[in-house]
Amino acid sequence: MPALSHVANAVVSGMLTGTVYGLMALGLSAIFGVIRLVNFAHGELMTLAMYAAVAVFQGLALDPFLTMTAVALAFGGLGYALQRGFINRFVHRAEHAQMLLMISLAIIIGNLLLLGFGPDARNVQTSYQLDSFELGPLLLDKVRVFAAAAAIVTTGLLAAFFRFTLTGKAIRACADNPVGARVAGLPVAHLYAVTFGIGAGSVAVAGCAMVQLIDVTPGLGPSYTLLAFIIVIVGGLGSMVGALLGGLVIGVSEALAGLLIAPSAKSMVSFGLLVLLLLARPQGLMGAGRR
Amino acid sequence: MSPEGGAGAALTDRRASRSPEDRRRLALMVAVGAVVLALPLFGSSYLVSVATLALYLAYTGQAWNLMMGFAGQLSLGHSLYVGLGAYAAAGLFSHFGVGPWAGVWLAVVLCGAVGAFIGWLAFRLKVSGVQLSLLTVAFAELARIGFDHLEWLGGPGGLFLRVGDRSQLDLLAFRGPPAMYYYAMLGLCAAALGLCALLLRRRAGYYWRAIREDEVAAQALGIDTLRWKLFAVVLSSTMTGVAGVFFAFYNNSLFPEQIFSFGRSIEIVLGPVIGGLGTLFGPVVGAVTLVLLGDGATEVLTRAGIDVPGVRQAIHGVVLLIVTIYLPNGLWPPLARRLGVRSARL
Repeated sequence: MPALSHVANAVVSGMLTGTVYGLMALGLSAIFGVIRLVNFAHGELMTLAMYAAVAVFQGLALDPFLTMTAVALAFGGLGYALQRGFINRFVHRAEHAQMLLMISLAIIIGNLLLLGFGPDARNVQTSYQLDSFELGPLLLDKVRVFAAAAAIVTTGLLAAFFRFTLTGKAIRACADNPVGARVAGLPVAHLYAVTFGIGAGSVAVAGCAMVQLIDVTPGLGPSYTLLAFIIVIVGGLGSMVGALLGGLVIGVSEALAGLLIAPSAKSMVSFGLLVLLLLARPQGLMGAGRR
Repeated sequence: MSPEGGAGAALTDRRASRSPEDRRRLALMVAVGAVVLALPLFGSSYLVSVATLALYLAYTGQAWNLMMGFAGQLSLGHSLYVGLGAYAAAGLFSHFGVGPWAGVWLAVVLCGAVGAFIGWLAFRLKVSGVQLSLLTVAFAELARIGFDHLEWLGGPGGLFLRVGDRSQLDLLAFRGPPAMYYYAMLGLCAAALGLCALLLRRRAGYYWRAIREDEVAAQALGIDTLRWKLFAVVLSSTMTGVAGVFFAFYNNSLFPEQIFSFGRSIEIVLGPVIGGLGTLFGPVVGAVTLVLLGDGATEVLTRAGIDVPGVRQAIHGVVLLIVTIYLPNGLWPPLARRLGVRSARL
C-alpha cells in the first residue's frame, strides 16, 4: 500500500489532468447536446491542435500556453466553416450516417498527420517542464497546474457565454427545441456552426494544454475520442456540468488506478466505468433521465 | 411458411420465364466466379495475398452487415470477436498442440457466448444507437487491455505460432502455400454469402428488417425482438470468430494492441458501408474497392520509390467520405443498376 502522501498526490494530479479532460469532453458534449452530432473526430481535432502547438514551438519557439489563444481562435474558425459549409448538410441524415461521416474525417485527419509528421512521437520541452509547486506534502507539476488553470478559465468563459450572451442563450434554445428555435426565427445553421466552433476551440485549448503532459503521435486520436465519450457518458450526454464532473472522475480514477494497480490498468478502469454506466445509468451521473 | 409463400411462387414464375435480367445475372456470376476461382493460377503471389485480404474484409464485412445492415444493431467493436477467435485457436495450438480444425469450434463457442452475453446485457437494458456502439467499443478495449496482461497468451509481446514448411500443403494443420489460404477464404466468403442470401428469404430476414425499420412496430406485430436481435448478434460474432481463426493461422503472430484495436473494428465496418449497408453484395463490392484503391495506390507509390505510411488508410477515409456524401446507399445499388441486375436494398 503506497503512502498516504502518494495517494494524495495522485488524486490532486488526477484532478488537474481531469480538468483538462473535462474541457475536452465539454466540446464533445456541446456539439452533441446542440447539433445532436456524434463527433467521432473529436480526438483527431485535439491531436491536430497538439501538432499545431508543437509546430509553432519548433518554428517560433513560442510556449504552447502562449499559442493557445491563437490556436483556439483558428480552430473556432475552422470548426465554424466545417459545420456551416459541410457537416450542416448532414444533420438530418440517420445517426449512423453522421457517425460514419465523422469517422471518415477522423481517418483522414489522423493519416494526413501521419503523412505530414511521420510516426514518431513529438513533444514540447520548456524550461519549467520538470518544475513543481510544493504545497505542504503535495508536489504539483507546474505544467499540470497551468494546464488546469487554462482549462478552468476557458470553461468559465464558456459558461458565461452560454449564460449571459444572447448568442449563448439562443444556442441553448436550439438545444432544447430545434423546431421551436427555427419557428422563433433563430438562425439555426449559424448557431450550429458557432457551437461546432466552440467545441473545436475548446478541444484546441485542451490540446495545447495536454501537449506538455503527453507525447503526441498521429495515432493518438481514437483513444482520446473514446476517452471524451467515456467522460461525456459518465457525466451525461449533453450536460456541460456533467462533462466537467466526468472529467474529474476519470482523471482521478485513472491516476489512482495507475498508482494502486498498474499504469497500464488506467484505461481499464475508465472502460469498466463506461460499461457499468451505459448499462446501469445511461443518462449519466448528471443526466435528467432517459432521452 | 405463409409469409414466404407468395414471394416463393413469384420467384418460381420468374425463374421459369428466364428474363434477360436473370440471364445477365447468371452470366455475371459465372464470369466473376471463373475469375476468382482461377486467380491463383495466373496471379502473382502478391496478387493472391492482396486478393486474400479483400476476401477477408468481404467476409468480416458480411458478418458485420448481418448485425447492422440487416438487423440495424450498430457495432463498432467487432475486432473483439476477431481477437477472441484468433487467440482461442492460437492458444489451443501453441499450448496443447490442438490444430485449427478443432480450435475453430472453441472460437465459435467462445465468440457466440460473448456475443450473446453482450447482446443480452445491452438489449435487456435497452441500450441502443450511439450507446450500443460505444458499449461494443468498450468491450473490445477491455479485451485488448485484458489480453495485454495475459502472459499465458504472450501478453503485449505477442503470441507467435510455429510456421511449418510453407510450400508443403498440409490441410490438417492448415498450413500451405498462399493459394490454400486464398481458397479457404474464398470458401468462407461464398458460404457467408449463401447463408445471408438464405436467411434473408427466411423468417429471420423479414423479422430483422422489420426490427431495423421500426422496432416498436415490429414488437407490436408480435415479433420477439430481443430473441431475433440476439440471433443476429450471435451469428455475426461467431462468423467473425471464424475469421479470427483464419487470421491467426495466416499471420502466425497476434498482438492485443493490433488485433483488438478500434482501427481494426473500423476496417471491418468500411467495406459494407462503402459497398452498401444491408445489401447482399455490398460487403464484397466495398472490400474489393477498398483493397483495389488502397493497396493499389500503395503499390504504385512503392514502385515509384516513395514509401509513405498512412496512404492506404487515408485513401480508405477519402473513399468513405465520398461514398457517405454522394452515395448514401453505397456503391453496389448504382453499380448493379448499371450492370442490369436487381439490386433493391434487402
